[in-house]
Amino acid sequence: MDKFTTLTAIAAPMPMQNIDTDKIIPARFLKTIKRSGLGVHLFDPLRFDADGKEKPDFILNQEPYRKAQVIIAHENFGCGSSREHAPWALLDFGIRCIIAPDFADIFYNNSFKNGILPVRLPRAVCDQLIEDSKLGGNARVTVDLARQVVVRPNGEEISFEIDPFRKHLLLNGLDDIGQTMQHAPSIDTYEARNRQTQPWMPSTAV
Amino acid sequence: MSASRPRTLFDKIWDSHVVERLPDGTCILYIDRHLVHEVTSPQAFEGLRLAGRPVRRPDCTLAVADHNIPTVGSRIPSDIKEDDSRIQVETLEKNVKEFGVPYIPILDVRQGIVHIIGPELGISLPGTTLVCGDSHTSTHGALGSLAFGIGTSEVEHVLATQTLLQNPAKNMRIDVTGTLGFGCSAKDIVLAIIGKITTAGGTGHVIEYTGDAIRALDMAGRMTVSNMSIEAGARAGLIAPDQTTFDYVKGREFSPKGEAFEQAVAYWKTLPTDPGAHFDTTVMISTADIAPMVTWGTTPGAVIPVTGVVPNPEDEPDEGKRTQLRRMVEYMAVTPGQRLTDLAVDVVFIGSCTNGRIEDIRAAAAVAKGRKVAAGVQALVVPGSGLVKRQAEEEGLDRILLEAGFEWRDPCCSMCLGMNPDKLTPGQRCASTSNRNFEGRQGQNGRTHLVSPAMAAAAAVMGRFADVRQLV
Ligand code: SF4
Repeated sequence: MDKFTTLTAIAAPMPMQNIDTDKIIPARFLKTIKRSGLGVHLFDPLRFDADGKEKPDFILNQEPYRKAQVIIAHENFGCGSSREHAPWALLDFGIRCIIAPDFADIFYNNSFKNGILPVRLPRAVCDQLIEDSKLGGNARVTVDLARQVVVRPNGEEISFEIDPFRKHLLLNGLDDIGQTMQHAPSIDTYEARNRQTQPWMPSTAV
Repeated sequence: MSASRPRTLFDKIWDSHVVERLPDGTCILYIDRHLVHEVTSPQAFEGLRLAGRPVRRPDCTLAVADHNIPTVGSRIPSDIKEDDSRIQVETLEKNVKEFGVPYIPILDVRQGIVHIIGPELGISLPGTTLVCGDSHTSTHGALGSLAFGIGTSEVEHVLATQTLLQNPAKNMRIDVTGTLGFGCSAKDIVLAIIGKITTAGGTGHVIEYTGDAIRALDMAGRMTVSNMSIEAGARAGLIAPDQTTFDYVKGREFSPKGEAFEQAVAYWKTLPTDPGAHFDTTVMISTADIAPMVTWGTTPGAVIPVTGVVPNPEDEPDEGKRTQLRRMVEYMAVTPGQRLTDLAVDVVFIGSCTNGRIEDIRAAAAVAKGRKVAAGVQALVVPGSGLVKRQAEEEGLDRILLEAGFEWRDPCCSMCLGMNPDKLTPGQRCASTSNRNFEGRQGQNGRTHLVSPAMAAAAAVMGRFADVRQLV
C-alpha cells in the first residue's frame, strides 16, 4: 500500500449526499480477477450514458478534474454494500483522498485498507472547499496527514480528526499485512517452536 | 492464564495458535493450513505481486479450482465456454505457478470441491487452524480443526504472513443426544438444529457439537453437520477428535505416517474440552425431535419435518418476520397448510461440500436401486471429488444410479451455486442436498428445498417430496 503523507492536488466537487457503492462501481463489474483496472468503471452510471459515451456534464469528464486526486462530497459517502471494489476503483482512477461530512462505516474502513484517506469535515467547510475547487486547475487543495490539516488555496488551514493508529498505518504505508510483517520475528519464533513441538505436521507439497 | 483453568476444544486450539496478543486485544493467529480456490484468490495474488511479496509458506497452502468447472464434457480449462469462469480458472493456474503454491490440476483424480478434498487427502488435521476464502470452510471442523472462511484481503494476509488478525469468539455447545431415527441422517440433525436456533443463533460463536448422537456419526456425517455451522450464523463448528477421527485420518495421502502419526494422535488426544469448561451458550437437542427434514422457505431455518405442513405467515406475531415469511411463501410458490409431500419437484441435485461424499452417494443409490426417476424430473448426481467418483464407480453405484435414470456427472460445486452451466431455470423446484436455499442461489428464480441425500433420491423417484422411511 502506498504511504499517504502530503497531497497537493486538484479536487473534484461532487456536492451530493449518499454516493453509494453501486454508483461508485456497479455490481456487473465485480466479476473480475483484478483489483486494478476498475478505474475505467468508476462512477459508471454518473459518468457514461447507456451507449458508453461520456456524459459531458459529469465533473470527472471535465478538465482539469479528469486528473483529480481528491473528491469533496456531501453526507454519507460510500453507503451500500461492503464491496472492496469501491475503494479499488477510486484508487485505480487516482483518487487518494475524499473529504465529506461523514462516511458509511464499511467504506471508511475499506478506504484505509487501500491507502485512501477519508477526511471528515463539517458540511459548511465542505461547501467552502467545494467552492474553492470550482476555481479550476490553479486552485489546488493540500492535505497534510502528519499535521492533520487541509490547506485551502488561499492558505487557510483547517484541521481534522483521525484515529492515531490509522494515521500511523497510512503515514507509513502499512496495510494490515505490512503491520503484521512488523511482527515477523514473532512469527519466525512461533514456527521454529512448532517444528520442535509438532514435528509430525506434514507439508502440502503435491 | 493459569494452566489449570478448564478449557474448551476451541480455547485450546486458539491458545496454541496465538503468535502475539496486540495491545488492543487483537491476536495474530497462526494458520496451519490455507486452502485456495479460483473465485476469491485472484485479487489476493495480485496484491502480493504489486507489493513484491512472496507466499510465506507454500508448503502449508493448497490450491484447487472447483466452483467454475463443467460437470459434463471437456474439463480442460481452455475449453470452459463462459469467459468469466475460464479466466478465473486460468488465472489460478498462472498464479500457483508464479508463486510456487501446490496445486491439484483439474484433470487430476484428486481434484474436487475444496472442502471435500481437504479431509479426503489428509490436509485437514485435528488441532490445526485452517482457512479458505469460502464460508463453508467450517466443514473441516468435523476433524477438530478450527476452520473458518475469510475474505479476499485476508486471503492475501494469510498468503503473505501465514497469520490472521483475529479476536476470539464465544463458545457455544450444541448437545445432540439419543439414537438417530430410522431414515434420518446428519443432514437432518443439522437442519433441525438450524430450525431450532435460527440462522442467527450462532452469531459470534464457535459451535462445538457434542452428545452421543454426534459421537455415533461417521466422519462424513460429522462434516455435513459442521459444514452448515455457517448457516446457523456461527464463525465455525467443531467436533472433538476421537478414535473415529484418528481412523479416518490414518493412511491418507498427506497425513502423518508411522511414528509421526502416533505422536500426532498423542497430541490430538489432549484436545477435547476439559470437564467443567465454560460455554457461553448451551443448546440441547434430542434425536426424538429429528425426522427427515425439508426446508420450505428461503433460509435454511425455514425447515419442517417431511410429515409437516407449510406454516401460515399470519400466525407470526412479529411484523418484520411475518413480512419475510409472506415473501418466502410467495417466492417458493407454496401455500400455508400445504403438505410438503404434495409438492412436485422438477430437479434433484445430489452433491456439494455438504453432501458430496461417498457415504452420501451410497445413501442415494440405496433409495434409487431398482426404481426409476419420475417422468419429467432431471436428477443430477455430482460427486464431490474425483476420488469419490472413482470409488463410487468401483462400488457400482454409478450403474445403479444411471439405470434408475440419474445423471452421473464429474466433480464440481455445480448446481450448489450455479457458477458453471448447471443452474435452475426460473420457477423450477429443486430437492437439493446443498446448504443454501436463498432466492436465486441455484439459478435466477429457482426454488430450492434442502434435504438429505436419501430424501433427495426419494423425491427423484416419486416426482415429489416423499418420506424416505416409507421407501427403505
Ligand atoms: S459446494 Fe457449494 S457451498 Fe460448497 S464450496 Fe462449492 S459452492 Fe460453496
